[in-house]
Amino acid sequence: MLDREQVHKVAHLARLDLTPEEETAFTQQLSSILDYFEQLEELDTENVHPTTRAIEISNVTRPDTLRTMEDREKMLQEAPEQEGDFFRVPQILSTED
Amino acid sequence: MASIRELHTQLVRKERSAVEITTEALERIQTLEPKLHSFLQITADHALAQAKQVDQQIAAGEEIGLLAGIPIGIKDNMCTDGIPTTCGSRILENFVPPYESTVTEKLKKAGAVMVGKTNLDEFAMGSSTENSGYQVTANPWDLSRVPGGSSGGSAAAVAAQECVVALGSDTGGSIRQPASLCGVVGMKPTYGLVSRYGLVAYASSLDQIGPFGGCVEDAAILLGAIAGYDPKDSTSLKVDIPNYAQLLKPNFRPKSRLRIGVIKETFGGGLDSQVEEKVKAAIEVLQNLGAEIQIVSCPRFGYGLPAYYIIAPSEASANLARYDAVKYGIRAEEADNLVDMYKKTRAKGFGTEVKRRIMLGTYALSAGYYDAYYLKAQKVRTLIKQDFESAFEKVDVLVCPTSPTTAFKAGEKTADPLSMYLSDLMTIPVNLAGLPALSIPCGFDQQGLPIGMQLIGKVLREDQLLQVAYAYEQSTDWHLRTPIL
Repeated sequence: MLDREQVHKVAHLARLDLTPEEETAFTQQLSSILDYFEQLEELDTENVHPTTRAIEISNVTRPDTLRTMEDREKMLQEAPEQEGDFFRVPQILSTED
Repeated sequence: MASIRELHTQLVRKERSAVEITTEALERIQTLEPKLHSFLQITADHALAQAKQVDQQIAAGEEIGLLAGIPIGIKDNMCTDGIPTTCGSRILENFVPPYESTVTEKLKKAGAVMVGKTNLDEFAMGSSTENSGYQVTANPWDLSRVPGGSSGGSAAAVAAQECVVALGSDTGGSIRQPASLCGVVGMKPTYGLVSRYGLVAYASSLDQIGPFGGCVEDAAILLGAIAGYDPKDSTSLKVDIPNYAQLLKPNFRPKSRLRIGVIKETFGGGLDSQVEEKVKAAIEVLQNLGAEIQIVSCPRFGYGLPAYYIIAPSEASANLARYDAVKYGIRAEEADNLVDMYKKTRAKGFGTEVKRRIMLGTYALSAGYYDAYYLKAQKVRTLIKQDFESAFEKVDVLVCPTSPTTAFKAGEKTADPLSMYLSDLMTIPVNLAGLPALSIPCGFDQQGLPIGMQLIGKVLREDQLLQVAYAYEQSTDWHLRTPIL
């Protein structure tokens, strides 16, 4: 159902580096799980509405007011790398391209 | 360890102090942890400080609540301000939340004493707690077996009396299945009854926090303490919370003529014969208590499992996109650009099952497959919900086994993900429909392993569910048995 090339592509979409061993295992395992899903085809869902939430509550709103976090240091400290008031990340554009 | 009410009585009569009770729990944890590994972290200092505060209140003549001074375990996917919260994942091994989850905030105010953060399958994905990125928890009844999962640490800790009660979270059975396998009471409330603020998200339309206890009353007391509307959770329900514990009576009121429906489809192939026998015997007990027993059909019950394994991984793949090595968590070294940093960090930080579910969800939501998988599964979800609705037109409470088998051996199902998924067959449909359900001990198999009965209730009828469970418990003595450790 699912080939190795598709697994590779999905891993890129999910931002996951997979080892060759993981790719092999997932190709086989995900295929058998997808086969298992086939049984859903036995059910006629032609005129059935999808359920996104079991208990329906919608349009929950609150006033859009600004609230500052009291201890910003505490939050900044959780970042792997920070500089001043910013989260630091590697360069966004690859050096190779 | 005694029940909440017994300990509370000892505290108010000044027979024992909260510090003494906490110290006893901490000592028991020290003794048992080398065998059990229920806790990822023991918060001894925090616990003793909290206990001291309760003792000061008692000394000052203040009235204390039932949970004040009671040792409790918290599943490590609930954020605790200033106390590491790993979610069982290496990607969060250095994460110290800068805020407190609503449930733990409420428990703190109630004076409950958190003794530690309990082990779980990474991001609550699993049925055996073997997917923890840190350690494997043993089943207190047989150390070579799993405690169930994903809240296996909480279930094992309560069963082993390392703490009196504990919190778990249940997305597809993660409270009820380990409760069944460890011989304790575990409850998943109605979706929206308990705030999810500060619960690390797995599958948001299914996740719900709930209590573990050694008896029904303990679970009822804990549920009462954590339930209630929270503006910080947009799916939180604005409803009045009854005093669950106070409503418990040892008998059914004769006039109420309680109707209990046995779900026909759950007594088919794949069900262990000893589990079947004990659950059927438990149903007879309910009948002798005055309940009217009916056989009901939920024809699409079995389709819950495949629907769940599309919906939950899909939601997970979106929820776990936040682990991007920017604001918190670990970051892999030597990334040469941003995308590379994401990929390397996530490869290093996530375990195999989490990767598998992210892959599954990403695939199910990807262009060209959305209708065939995600949309189809959501439609099936509607059908499963309709089956419950028509069953509840005939009966008040539904009953079935919690798990098709008793606790399995560690390593037995890790090689075949599908066989592991099947252990949640009986619990998953309940999450899809958002209903409340609990697991209560109803016997042991020939190897001495606990068996659980699942009771499923109507939306927001936790009171009724707890009442049925309590009456059953009062006429049996399964809950009085404890594992030899």
